[in-house]
Amino acid sequence: MASTAIATPLAPTAYSGEQSGVWSWLTTVDHKRIGTLYLFTALFFFMWGGVEALIIRAQLGAPNQHLVSAEFYNQLFTMHGTTMIFLAIMPLSAAFFNYLIPLQIGARDVAFPRLNAFSYWVYLFGGIFITVPILFAVAPDGGWFGYAPLTTRAYSPGINIDFWVIGLQILGVSSLAAAFNFLTTIINLRAPGMSLMRMPMFTWMSFVVQFLLVLAFPVITIALVFLLFDRFFGTNFYNTVDAGADPLLWQHLFWIFGHPEVYILILPAFGLVSEVIPANSKKPLFGYPVMVYSGILIAVLGFGVWAHHMFAVGMGPIADTFFSLATMLIGIPTGVKIFNWIATMAQGHVRLNTPMLFAIALVALFTIGGISGVMHSSPPADLQQTDTYFIVAHFHYVLFGGSIMGIFAGIYHYFPKMTGRMLDEKLGKIHFWLYFVGMNITFFPMHFAGMLGMPRRIYTYDAGQGWESYNFYSSIGSYIIGVATLVFAWNFLKSRRSGAIAGPNPWGAATLEWTIPSPPPDYNFAKIPTVTSRYPLWEGKEADLESARFNAQEGKTAADFGIVMPYNTIKPMIVAFGLVLMFCGLLTSRVIIFLGAGIMIVSLFTWLLSPLEPEHH
Amino acid sequence: MEIHNSPDSAEAAAHVPDAHEDHAHPTWSTYWKVALILTAITVGEVWAYYIPSFVASRAFVPALLIMSAFKFVIVVMFYMHLKYDHKLFRALFTGPLLIAGTTLIALLFLFGHLTVFQH
Amino acid sequence: MSATVTHHYTSTGLDNRKIAIWAFIGSECMLFISLISTYLIYKGRSVVGPLPHEKWTDPSTGHTFAPILNIPVTSMSTFVLLMSSLFMVLALAAVQNKGRPLPANAGWWTRKLASSQLWLFMTALAGATFLGFQAYEFTSFVNEGLTIKTNLFGSSFFTLTGFHGAHVTAGVLWLLALLSIDARRGLGPSDALNVDICALYWHFVDVVWIAIFTLVYLIR
Repeated sequence: MASTAIATPLAPTAYSGEQSGVWSWLTTVDHKRIGTLYLFTALFFFMWGGVEALIIRAQLGAPNQHLVSAEFYNQLFTMHGTTMIFLAIMPLSAAFFNYLIPLQIGARDVAFPRLNAFSYWVYLFGGIFITVPILFAVAPDGGWFGYAPLTTRAYSPGINIDFWVIGLQILGVSSLAAAFNFLTTIINLRAPGMSLMRMPMFTWMSFVVQFLLVLAFPVITIALVFLLFDRFFGTNFYNTVDAGADPLLWQHLFWIFGHPEVYILILPAFGLVSEVIPANSKKPLFGYPVMVYSGILIAVLGFGVWAHHMFAVGMGPIADTFFSLATMLIGIPTGVKIFNWIATMAQGHVRLNTPMLFAIALVALFTIGGISGVMHSSPPADLQQTDTYFIVAHFHYVLFGGSIMGIFAGIYHYFPKMTGRMLDEKLGKIHFWLYFVGMNITFFPMHFAGMLGMPRRIYTYDAGQGWESYNFYSSIGSYIIGVATLVFAWNFLKSRRSGAIAGPNPWGAATLEWTIPSPPPDYNFAKIPTVTSRYPLWEGKEADLESARFNAQEGKTAADFGIVMPYNTIKPMIVAFGLVLMFCGLLTSRVIIFLGAGIMIVSLFTWLLSPLEPEHH
Repeated sequence: MEIHNSPDSAEAAAHVPDAHEDHAHPTWSTYWKVALILTAITVGEVWAYYIPSFVASRAFVPALLIMSAFKFVIVVMFYMHLKYDHKLFRALFTGPLLIAGTTLIALLFLFGHLTVFQH
Repeated sequence: MSATVTHHYTSTGLDNRKIAIWAFIGSECMLFISLISTYLIYKGRSVVGPLPHEKWTDPSTGHTFAPILNIPVTSMSTFVLLMSSLFMVLALAAVQNKGRPLPANAGWWTRKLASSQLWLFMTALAGATFLGFQAYEFTSFVNEGLTIKTNLFGSSFFTLTGFHGAHVTAGVLWLLALLSIDARRGLGPSDALNVDICALYWHFVDVVWIAIFTLVYLIR
C-alpha cells in the first residue's frame, strides 16, 4: 500500500513554454484548463444562487415581511433553483468530468478537445443570458420546473419566461455536446489494461451520468421547443383553454427529463466520495462491482419513476401503484451504496481530514434525504407532503447534503492535484463544521414547517400558524452557510497562492491521476500508462509502477517526449457566441437571428476544416 | 452484375489493406434486395390503407406496426450495417431505443390511449 | 474503415467519431419519441378541423373540410426517401472501393457503381426531392386552412414533420459538403469513415420517417 517514493518539490513546477494570459484561456482546448474554467464559473454561480437563497431566507425569517415584492420573490425562487441546478451543481460536476476523467483513465485529453471548449463557452454564455435579467427584475418567475400552461403567453405575458425557455435550451446544447464527448472518451480513450471493471468509481459514475444526459436532455429540449413555439408562434401544445390541450403534457415531458436529472446531479458526487473514502481509509472500495451495478441500476430505474412527482394530479390506481413501487425499488441500489461506503470505512485507517469529513457528511445527510424521499414515494403520504416545505427539506438534504457535500469533498481532495498546493486544513475544517451545522439548522426545521402545512413558494405568511420559529431557525442556518462559503472562498484564493506544496500524491491514493505531477503537465502522461489493477499505486504490478515512475517526471515539456499537442483555437468560442446570439435574436429581431446563425455556420465550417493538431508521422 | 464488396471474393480479399477488416460486409445484392423489400412493404402498407374492410378490422393497426417495424429493422441492420458492426454500436443504439419505446408506451397508457390495458 | 489513419491509440480500436455518432443517434431516438408521443397523445383531441383522416364541418360557416392528409403524394415522397438510403449505401461502397482496379470486362453499370460522386449526388437529390414534396404538402395544407396554429393536430403535425424535415435539410447540406470535397480532391478509402458517419445519420433520418409514415399517415 505504499505510494511511490517521489520527493516532494519545493514549488509546483512551471513548464517552460506554458501559455498564460487571457488569450490562452479563451483559446484553450486542454481538458484541465477547461475544467478549471468550469470550476471557477460554477463556483461563481453557486455563490450567486446562494445570495438569492439568502434574500429568500431574509424575507421568510419572520411573518409578514415585505423585504421583496411577491413578484420579485417568484423570480428569486425560480432563479435560485435554476441557478443551483443548471449553473452550479451540473457544471461543478462537469468541472470534475473535465479534469478527472482523462487523468483517471490514462488519456492525454478528451476525445474531442475543441467540442469540449465549445461546451464550456455555451455554458458560460447561456449562464450569463439566464442570469442577467434578475438584475433588472425581469427574471424568469415560473419555478425551475416552469409548469405549462402557467408559463404560456396567456398566463405569463412578460419577457421573463422567454429568458428561461431560451436559456435552458442553450444550456441543453452545452450539456449534450459535453455528454457525447465524455461518453466517447470513456469508451475509447482508456489506457491499455484499463478495462471497464478497473475504472475508478468516479469515472464509472460519470459514465452512467453521460448516458442519463444523452437520453434525458432531448426530452426537455422538445418540451421547451413546444413552449417556445407556443409563446412565439402561437401553437397549441399547452393551450388548454381554446385548443383542448392536456395540462399534464408538460408535466410528463418535464419529469421524464427531471427525474433522471436528479441522478445527473447526485451520481457525480457519489463518484467523488467513492474516491475520497478509500483514499482516506487506506482500503480499496468495498464491493466495487456492486457499486458499479447499483449505479447502472439507479440510472435505468431512474427513467421509470418520473410520475412520482405528479401523484397529486390523479393518474389513477395503476399508474400510482407502478410509479410508487418503482420509486421504492430505486431506494435499494442507493442504500447499497451507503452500506458500501460504511463498509469501506469500517476497520480502515480512517483519516478525518477535510475531504473525508465532507464525504462522511454526504453518507449521513444523503441518507436522511433518501429516507424522506422514500416517505413520499407512497401516494397517500405524498398527497399530504407535496407542495409543502417537507419536500423542500427533502430535496435540500439530497442536493445540499448529498451533491454539494460530495462536490466539496471532491474540491478539497483534488485541489492539490489541480494547483499543486494544499487547501488550508484549519480553514477547511471551519468551513466543514459551519456547513454541517448550518445546513442542518437550515433544512431540518423545514420538515416540521412542511408537516404543519407551510406551502412552498409563498413569499410571506401570517403569524400564529406555528411556522415562525422553524422559519427563524432556517434563516439563521442559511446565514451560517453563507459565512462558511466566504471562509471557503478565502481559503480557495489564499491557498492557490500560498498553500503548502502538495506533491504528486498527498493522500497516498491509488489511482492513475496520482501518478503524475501536481499540477499535471499539459500532456498528462509522458507515456500512456499500462494498467494491471484497479489500484495501480496500491496493488499494481511492475508494469503499473514502471509507468508511474516514468510519468512522475517533473518539468518536462511535451516536446521533450515528442508528444503532439492540439492547437489552441478561438473557433469553438466563436461558434458558441454565434449560437447564443442566434437565440438572443428571438427576443430582439430577425436580423440578429440570421447574424448569429451566419457567424455560427461560417465559424463551424472553418473549425471542421482546420486540423486539430500538427501532422506527425 | 459485379459483386464489389463480397468478402469471399478472392479479388476483393486481395485488396483488403490489413487483416483488421475481418467482419463480413453486406454486398451489392444485399443492398438491392433490401431496397426491393422496403419498396414492396411500402406498397403493401399503402395498399392496406385503401381496403376499408381491412382498415376497420382489428388486424389493421398491428399489421401496419409490424410492417413498419420490419422496415425499420432491415434498414438499421443492413444499411446502417449494425448486423456486421461492433457490438458496442448495437448497445449504443438498442439501449436508448428500448428506453424510448418504453417511454412512448407508458405515455400512451398514462394519457388513456391504450385502452387494451384499461377497463 | 481500417484504412483511416488514426493517430492515437483507442481502447476499442474503433474511431471516436463513429462512437459519438451512434451515441448521438441514441439521443435522437429520445428526441423523436418525445415528438411522436406528443402527436399520438393529441391524436383525436383537436376541437376544430381540418383533421388528418376525417371530414370536418365548421359549425359556424357550414364549410366541410376533406381529410387533409394526401396519402398518394406522401407515399411517393416516402419511396423517394427510401431509395435515397439505397443511393447512400452505394455511395459509401464506392468510396470504400475507390482505387480498386475494375475488371477488364467491366460494363457500364459496374463503372457507374464505382462513382461516389454520382451516388452522393443522387442521395442529395433524393433528399431534396423529399423536401420538395414536404414543401408542397405544407403549402397545400396551409391553403386548405390548416396551419401550425389551427388545432392540436396542426401544432403537433407540423412540429413533428418539420423537425424531421430540418434533419433532412441538415443531411442534404452534409451530403453536398461531401460531394464538393469529392469533386475537388476525390474521396477515397481513407475518407470512408467520414462518409460512413454521414450515411449513418442519413439512414437514421430515413428510419424515423418509416415510423412517422406509418404512425401519422397510415394508421387512422
